[in-house]
Formats: sequence, C-alpha cells, structure tokens
Amino acid sequence: MPAAAVPRTPHAQSSADATDTPPRKLYRSADGRMLGGVARGLAGHLGLPVLWVRLAFLGTFMFGDGLGMLLYAAFWVFVPLGVGGLTGHRSFFETLADGSRRLRKPDRGQITALIALFIGAGIFISKLQAGDQKADRYIWPTLLVGAGVVLVWRQADNARRAHWTSAAGRQGQLLQMARALAGVVLVGVGLTVFIVVRGSAAQLGNVLTATLAVLVGIALLAGPWLIRMTQDLSEERLMRIRAQERAEVAAHVHDSVLHTLTLIQRNAEDVGEVRRLARAQERELRNWLYKPEGTGKDEAEEPDTLAEAVKKTAADVEDHHGVPIEVVVVGDCPLDEKLAAQVQAAREAMVNAAKYGGEGGPVQVYAEVEGQTVFVSVRDRGPGFDIDAVPDDRMGVRESIIGRMQRNGGTARLRSAPDGGTEVELEMERAARPE
Amino acid sequence: MTEDNASTGGETGGETGETRRVRVVLVDDHRMFRTGVQAEIGETARTGVEVVGEAADVDQAVTVITATRPEVVLLDVHLPGGGGVEVLRRCAPLMAAAEHQVRFLALSVSDAAEDVIGVIRGGARGYVTKTITGTDLVDSVFRVQDGDAVFSPRLAGFVLDAFASTDAPPVDEDLDRLTQREREVLRLIARGYAYKEIAKQLFISVKTVESHVSAVLRKLQLSNRHELTRWATARRLV
Repeated sequence: MPAAAVPRTPHAQSSADATDTPPRKLYRSADGRMLGGVARGLAGHLGLPVLWVRLAFLGTFMFGDGLGMLLYAAFWVFVPLGVGGLTGHRSFFETLADGSRRLRKPDRGQITALIALFIGAGIFISKLQAGDQKADRYIWPTLLVGAGVVLVWRQADNARRAHWTSAAGRQGQLLQMARALAGVVLVGVGLTVFIVVRGSAAQLGNVLTATLAVLVGIALLAGPWLIRMTQDLSEERLMRIRAQERAEVAAHVHDSVLHTLTLIQRNAEDVGEVRRLARAQERELRNWLYKPEGTGKDEAEEPDTLAEAVKKTAADVEDHHGVPIEVVVVGDCPLDEKLAAQVQAAREAMVNAAKYGGEGGPVQVYAEVEGQTVFVSVRDRGPGFDIDAVPDDRMGVRESIIGRMQRNGGTARLRSAPDGGTEVELEMERAARPE
Repeated sequence: MTEDNASTGGETGGETGETRRVRVVLVDDHRMFRTGVQAEIGETARTGVEVVGEAADVDQAVTVITATRPEVVLLDVHLPGGGGVEVLRRCAPLMAAAEHQVRFLALSVSDAAEDVIGVIRGGARGYVTKTITGTDLVDSVFRVQDGDAVFSPRLAGFVLDAFASTDAPPVDEDLDRLTQREREVLRLIARGYAYKEIAKQLFISVKTVESHVSAVLRKLQLSNRHELTRWATARRLV
C-alpha cells in the first residue's frame, strides 16, 4: 500500500501535525475540488490519493445504476464544506516572478480526472442511445433537472465560502445571481419537458405528476439553502454560548477580584486585613471555579448538608477573625437538628481557636461522616490552656461547646497542652432517618 | 527550626543530621513563586536544600531534570505544555532508574481532587499545597528523598473519602483496602498532625507512620482501580 508516498491533502496534514486535535471530522474540501469537493474531502479523511476516490466514484456512477450518484449527492448535502486551504485561494491565473500574469497550468491530477470524466460521460451517453426510445424520453429532462440542481447547490457552497474569504465583490454577486438563475431555468425547462413528453396534459394523472414534479423541484432547489442555514445557525449558537461564558467570567473577575485587589492596595498597611481579604477572595474564586456545573455559581443561602455547613461556618469565622482555617471533610450527609447543633459547637471551637490559637498557623478543621457517626475536630497550634483553670463564670467552652453537645446527645472532648495547641473533638450520632 | 530539620533528617535517614544535603529542581511557571521558594528553602547552609535548577514549562522541566538529575523535583501541577502529569510521564525512566532515582513532590495551589489524584497516579511521591510553611516544605523534601510519601491534610482527606464509601467490597479486593491502622494514620494527617505527633499519639515510631503512608500511596497509585474509577466517576472526573 503506497499510502506513505501519497500527497496528503492539507486537511490530513494539519491534523497529523497538531498534537492534540479533536477527532477528525469529515469536511468537503473547499479548494482544488471539481464538483462538490466530496472526493477530495473523503480522500483527505481516509488518507488516500484523490484520484483513487474519484475513480471509485466514477465507477459507481457508470456501473452502479445511480448508486454512486446518490452517494455523492448525499455526501454533498450532509457534509459541511471545510476550510482545507493552506494554499489559499486558487485562481486560474498565477503571478510570475516578473509580475506578469498567465493562465495557471492545470495540475496533472486534474487533467486525468477531467479525461476520466469525459470518458465516463461518453460511455453514459452511448449507453443512453443504445437504450429504447421510451426510456430516452425521460432521461434528457432528468439530466436537465440534474444539471440545474447541481448548479444551485454549488452556488450554496460558494455563498458559504464567501463567509471566510469575504472576497466576493460586486462582480461575484452578479455571477452568483446568474448561476442561480441558470440553475432555476434548467430545472424549469427539464420539468416542462417532462410534462410535454408525457403527452396531453388533459389527463388527471399527468397533472398530478406534474405538480409532484414541481414540488420536488422546489424542494430540491431550496434544500441546500435550508440545510446550510441550519448548520450555520447551530455554529453561531455555539459561538454565542462561548461568548456568554467568557462574559460571565469577565464579569466575575471584575466584580470580585478587581474589587478585592483595590481593597488590598488601600489596606496595604494592615497585614491582618490584607490577609483576610486575600483568603476570602481565594476561597470564593476557588469555589466558583471548581463548583460542578449546574449547582449554580452563586453562594447558596442555607447549606443543607454537613459538608457545606462546616465549610460555610469555617469561611465565616475566617472572614471575621482573619485567621486562615483549613477544612477537610470526608463524606457527607444531610444536615439534621442534632448535626446543626454540632456545627454550632464547632463554630464556637473555631472562634476560640482563631482568637487564642491563631498565631501558631492555620486552624485545622476536620469533619468525617462514618456510618451513623459524625466526627468533627478543630485544632489549633496556639499556646493551649488548662481547661480546669478556666474560671466558672466563663461559659464559652463549657456551655457553647460541651453543654450544647451533651444536650443533643453527643460528646465533646477537649485536649490541650501548653505549647501543643488545643484540639476539640466533637462526636454525634446522626438521627435515625425516617424512611 | 534548624534543629527540627536536623532531627528529622537524623530520624528518617539515620545519617549525621547537619551534613545532610538534597539537590532540588523547582518547576513552576510563576517566576515570583520560584523566587519565593528559593528564598524560603534555598539557603543551603541552613536547610540543606540546594536548588540546582529551575524550569517554567514542561519541555524545560524535562531538559533540566535530565541534565541535573536532582534527588527531588518540586513540581507544579499546572504548567504550560501539558501540566505536571506530562512531566511525570516523560520522566518515567528517571523515576524507575535503579541508580540515582529522581523523586517528585507535587506542590500546587490547587487542591482540586482531579489534580491531586492525577499527579499521584502519575508517580509523584507526595502532594503538598502552596500554603505550606518553609519548614514543613524542607521537611517534606527530605522525606521524599528517603522514598517516603508526604500527604497534605487535604490530600489525606481525599484518600479517606475515596476509600471510605465502600459498601461490601469483593473479597479479592481486600488487599486493596486500607488497613485500620492506615486509616487512623490518614485521619490524623487530615486533622493536621505532623508525622511525629502521629507517632506519639499512636505509640508507634515515625518510621512506621511513614511506611503506613507509603503503603497508602502504593494502593492509591497501582491498585484499587475499581474503587478509584467509581470514585472518579461519581465526581465526574473521567
């Protein structure tokens, strides 16, 4: 298989060069094409020489009883025209080194293809004449209609290509009009001949046939435009969605990030405030970036699962006290009354940790849901304190943390060592789910 | 601080503390960050860390790492040219080398699950976030040099999460599950304990803590395809 030596089309080339292109899509080739660019596009897609594909199509045209034509037409309709051109626009003229212009020499492949086409056409026509008279009468109008349709469809492609090149001047427009008109005329003539050769129009059946023929003709003429239009529309929609997404990102960055940066510049003297602002912004941005699609980019008002509640609480405390709080949550479960109390207790612990232990580094919060048990630990690396030495009138730890947990059927443990930091462990059984 | 590092070196490597040296390459696309890390840990006489090269993208990183053959690479996860995972992929022969093995420690601002799991499965020996302090980072570098795994609390949380939500696993996958002890160790890491504190808490040696963590890393990296796939799918990572 001489595939390696094959001159690859620009399309195949470019997709082979790029490292991570999306899966190759089949396009019709916009340049160097003879009719619809189907053969060239296919060749590029399959990595075969164009000539082979063309010959194959020609073979099916001649011997496949119209199968090839059907196939070609189907490709033409459904495969979008692609930009294949690394070489740019090809004109019939080429500019020489001395500045003069001369007719471009057609390349060998094209000549071969043309010759093949002529031979094919010759065989086709000779076959027609060998056939009986009755069939003959239908074939000529059919050919006329076919030629008209081909003209109009190519026209649709040209209009599409004009989007990219935007080189179609006034002259081009006139030419386009003329071509479209010619196509319509051809189809009209073909249909008329159809009716005429059928004989007298008096018969009802004939009239019906004629109507049908006209309708089919109109569908054939309008078809390519409609298809192209829907293709273009979906492309445009995609672009619009992208633009919207970009705008949203830009708006978000503008609203929050730039705002925060300004605040930071203004508060450059106040280290604590700067840190608080930066932390809050980092958290918000991270939340916004990594939040799964569809959950809504905005902050939910009231969290309804444990993980969210713990994170939100930590964020609040962090914002209030300017001490970074690192949160690790393992597992998750819906928030019930008892767990809400636990989160409240954890909040108190976090506030304490931020107030008294914030100097030793970030406060670490760990929450885990394991089976029916929910465990939360809040840990700081501050100086620590002696729980028994706390006077009786200070209710923070005793009431807000230990008392609250016990009232709700949980337990709280405090561990504190001078220089070892403080750790508060909260454990709570989840309420039995009413099922 | 110096004392702390030295004692760590002594404990883990069993060498003569102060003279311990490690050659490090910094890979990060932000020059400011590289400068910061260099300033924080690169004072060789104090920390024992010698920064022998820097790189800002994947190609550069592969070139520098191949040329300098450091002991530890501090690898950013997000890099132009394919990211840290790509660097790991192209340096695979260096990681497998019997003689003078290069080890990777991921250092990233991102603590998104997909980034973490990606580089760990790519062969990184640990993962720490950029909020880490200089002391801890030096400590981590030495640990990685010794072939131990270093997990940030957050990463430990991910791993626990990955292995936690399994109901009735098939018998043949029992090998892949975390042992009770490994879970305990990970849980303490997730709670922010240092290795030494964990050792004290569980009445085991630091060496044992490290071997538990390494076992977790091995399980995470090589096996448990079933659970990890399920985990990743549940989070829409694949």
